[in-house]
Amino acid sequence: MNIPEDRRYTASHEWAKPEGNLIVVGISDFAQDSLGDVVFVELPEVGREVEAGEAVAVVESVKTASDIYAPVAGTVVEVNEALADEPELVNGDPYNAGWLFKIEPADASAYEKLLDAAGYAKVVEEES
Amino acid sequence: MLVGMKRTPLYDEHLKLGGRMVDFAGWALPVQYTSITKEHLAVREDVGLFDVSHMGEFFVRGPGALDFLRWATLNDPARLKVGRAQYSMLSNDRGGVVDDIYVYRTGVEEYLVVVNAANVAKDWAHLSRLAEGREVELEDASYAWALMALQGPRAEEVLQALTDTDLAGVRKNATLTLTVVGVPVRIARTGYTGEDGFEIFTTPEDAPAVWRALIEAGVTPAGLGARDTLRLEAGFPLYGHELTDATNPRCTPLAWVIKDKPYYGREAMEAATCDERLVGLVMERGIPREGYPVLSGGAPAGRVTSGTQSPLLKKGIALGWVREDLAEEGAELDVEVRGRALPARVVRPPFVLLGKKK
Repeated sequence: MNIPEDRRYTASHEWAKPEGNLIVVGISDFAQDSLGDVVFVELPEVGREVEAGEAVAVVESVKTASDIYAPVAGTVVEVNEALADEPELVNGDPYNAGWLFKIEPADASAYEKLLDAAGYAKVVEEES
Repeated sequence: MLVGMKRTPLYDEHLKLGGRMVDFAGWALPVQYTSITKEHLAVREDVGLFDVSHMGEFFVRGPGALDFLRWATLNDPARLKVGRAQYSMLSNDRGGVVDDIYVYRTGVEEYLVVVNAANVAKDWAHLSRLAEGREVELEDASYAWALMALQGPRAEEVLQALTDTDLAGVRKNATLTLTVVGVPVRIARTGYTGEDGFEIFTTPEDAPAVWRALIEAGVTPAGLGARDTLRLEAGFPLYGHELTDATNPRCTPLAWVIKDKPYYGREAMEAATCDERLVGLVMERGIPREGYPVLSGGAPAGRVTSGTQSPLLKKGIALGWVREDLAEEGAELDVEVRGRALPARVVRPPFVLLGKKK
């Protein structure tokens, strides 16, 4: 299972990657593989203020609908519009083209409290 | 994970093919091998193979076998010649369904009843009780049989290459014994996908050889995920969802199953009124899921019992119970998806055109 070391993770299988003063959020390779074929992604409104751990998006596969949680508190400033036509990007390229939304964090240090790649690998191992 | 799960005789084949194993009614079975969508489309356009060995098989034998099954089931097995099969249901005495089943007449005084895996113990107890004092012998052969379902427009072509018996004359709902890759099997031209195809009964020992021969012939292995989306597109009910101990089949599109003859629980079945009807729902936007509320003008109107995005239509489709006065074909209702009412149109299943043959 691919777990890049250039970003951090949550125990609920989101990844978070700094981009300037923003945090880009998506779901991990393990998460997309567990969900199966993604057919719809419901993204948050731009401008919405979110708490860490708040359900802010939904990824729907053929089988099920799965909530996506904000890794850090802040404001949603951009969403991945490409997913409206190509939700399968979440399966094919979960760490790049399949990103979900960007957050301007309320507290810049919140990112550091997320799991690093090694910590997340343990979470995946336990659930495999 | 999967500790203590029962394994079908094809368990090792699933692992070899990379099947993602899950717990289904206590059985370790693959939910998918590669992708539910790909496996679904393979069955609709080409041919796929399912392991359904978890299903239960009962034999009913003896001079009283026909009378017993006429009493215990809603369809009429008196219509079955030897080598024919019918969809049917076991009724309870409260106007509900114990299980939906398939009844095969395998001999003059012998019937094979295939039941849902989750209901084997319940059905066995129910049938054993109804059989008391009758000239009938019941055998639970669930562990004596493996069962595969070969489904799709190319099913006949693929199976024909592996047997000397001419399959062109084997009609829908026919069953017979023959030899496939040197192995004695029983086949039936039946299935749960809406496509043409065969269900293949073998001994547990012979199952892997038949499975491998079909996979080597180019058949796509398909898991429980595709099995569910295929049956839903075809509008078939799944016990525990559309049908339960408390649902009256008279209020569903399957009312045709009930034949006018004495049967167990008939009085209760006919006394109940249909306050709700089981219908199909199609949504242009949003994906309906089990348990989602159905609304009419914002007011409660029913609930979804099974829903998904149809891989063929790429639209949300569902089966669900809807208030009787709103259940007309074409009625415009809503399904509540995460707090939002999204339009849903009442249709009569199947949701897609089915059963083409190549």
